[in-house]
Amino acid sequence: MDDFYRELIIDRYKNPQYRGQLDPADISFEDDNPLCGDHIRVDLRVDPQGMIKEVAFDGHGCAISQASADLLMESIYGKSLEEVKLLTKEDILEMLGIDLGPVRLKCALLSLKVLKAGVYGLGEASDDLVE
Amino acid sequence: MSGLLADANTPGYAPDNLAQQNSKSVERLSMSQNNRIEVERIRKDFPILGREVRPGVPLVYLDSTATSQKPVSVLRAMDDYYRRTNANIHRGIHTLAEESTALYEEARKKIAAFINAASARQIIYTRNTTESINLVAYSFGRNFLKDGDTIILTEMEHHSNLVPWQILAAEKNLQLEFIPVTPDGLLDLEAYASLLQRQPPLVAFTHMSNVLGTINPARDIIRLAHENGAITLLDGAQSVPHFPVDVQELDVDFLAFSAHKMCGPTGIGILYGKRELLEAMPPFNGGGDMIKRVHLRSFVANEIPYKFEAGTPAIAEVIGLGAAIEYLSQVGMSQIAEHEHQIIDYALERLEEIPGVNVFGPPSAQKGGVASFTLKGVHPHDVSQILDQDGVAIRAGHHCAMPLHEKLNLPATARASFYLYSTLTEVDLLVDAIYKVKTVFRV
Repeated sequence: MDDFYRELIIDRYKNPQYRGQLDPADISFEDDNPLCGDHIRVDLRVDPQGMIKEVAFDGHGCAISQASADLLMESIYGKSLEEVKLLTKEDILEMLGIDLGPVRLKCALLSLKVLKAGVYGLGEASDDLVE
Repeated sequence: MSGLLADANTPGYAPDNLAQQNSKSVERLSMSQNNRIEVERIRKDFPILGREVRPGVPLVYLDSTATSQKPVSVLRAMDDYYRRTNANIHRGIHTLAEESTALYEEARKKIAAFINAASARQIIYTRNTTESINLVAYSFGRNFLKDGDTIILTEMEHHSNLVPWQILAAEKNLQLEFIPVTPDGLLDLEAYASLLQRQPPLVAFTHMSNVLGTINPARDIIRLAHENGAITLLDGAQSVPHFPVDVQELDVDFLAFSAHKMCGPTGIGILYGKRELLEAMPPFNGGGDMIKRVHLRSFVANEIPYKFEAGTPAIAEVIGLGAAIEYLSQVGMSQIAEHEHQIIDYALERLEEIPGVNVFGPPSAQKGGVASFTLKGVHPHDVSQILDQDGVAIRAGHHCAMPLHEKLNLPATARASFYLYSTLTEVDLLVDAIYKVKTVFRV
């Protein structure tokens, strides 16, 4: 538990590398965590081969939700949309390097949920996407 | 002396790398000893307050506004009921059924006495405050409000006193108007007076804000409503557990509250109503117990309160609530209010001296034991998470009052709340833990 707020998480929260918006974007999606009001928007630019060329996220929320969004953006940069579809809860937890209870897990997974809803072109971000 | 005060002196409880936590509560302890509440004795009645959150980390429970802890007398009453008495109520003609029914109806009398209702028939069992308000919206609102009518609410309502009216307003084409919250966290009563010119048939408002802690001048608000011909509903979820509430003195038409915030179990709430209103209202849920007679195509409704109590109720929980009321009455509601006032007074003073902390709501004279705050540069969830590492349990989020947070222009706040078992030492531990948050986040 003492490692919960690892240096990495605090740093990414305070100095995110991928915060911003892309206009125009090829894929753009946003959603809230209704339990706590955290908000994440993800913008992607994708080349004709389906490779992710530019990424950005925006929003507000706790250190976990914002740092995990920033780390997620970094990890998908240069990947294909097909690879993004394969990302799971475990990938996020591995990136963050911490264990999370059920409540905070929702914070950590919000960005992945938003990203996958955007990539799949869905109308809404469902928890099914990250289970 | 055992319990929290002693634990607070053990190593590891107060980290010594922080200069700020020279605890000021010690000088106040003499004061609290003179207080008529014997908090250390009270704490022993609540088994959960003795637990550790993790090995070596005692619980500092500062989330009683969400739900209170339960004294052993309440746990025992429910346990005894299931061990010795359990039977369905009202229709059985055997010993257990008679005993169950008696316990169930005795609790109703205790509840009536607790809020000074004229008759126990005016006490309706529901699931919680939310269901009590929904009952009024459904049964009173649907039948007595007309197209174009105005309902007055306030900007500081819990979702439970907003959404039922929004649903009803959409169905019946009603207008919702809101008494604004001033920058001091009080209701703007001048604006209220002018809203009353719309001749609203209903004014529904909270007795005490679960976010700002504001205690609203319910008696004045109700009197003004009555002068303008309006019926009143008071959300007592945060008031009935914390200070004396007298329905006859307030002259309130409906009062809603929940057992679980007043040392009782979850799953049982109360709706008090004036007799003539309850008698005029049609039933809420249909089913067993709410009827006098049933034919294949029709029924005759039972009398109050049973008319509103369909199906097998939460019998053990009702009995638990009865025990909770006995417990609170023994301690004394005025004494509880005084104790909480002392705690919030100290909490506000200590929180406000932390650089970067902003506390919302009126000064302690006008509020109950609720301190909602933000810490600059740190999201409330992170505050709460780091506090939890020291066993300090607070709430973070919008506290089911999103419109109020919109008004304050905040996505969320952190909230520490107090009850009869809270101590000044716990306030110190809260403050120490907030300094830790500042260290972790370098703010």
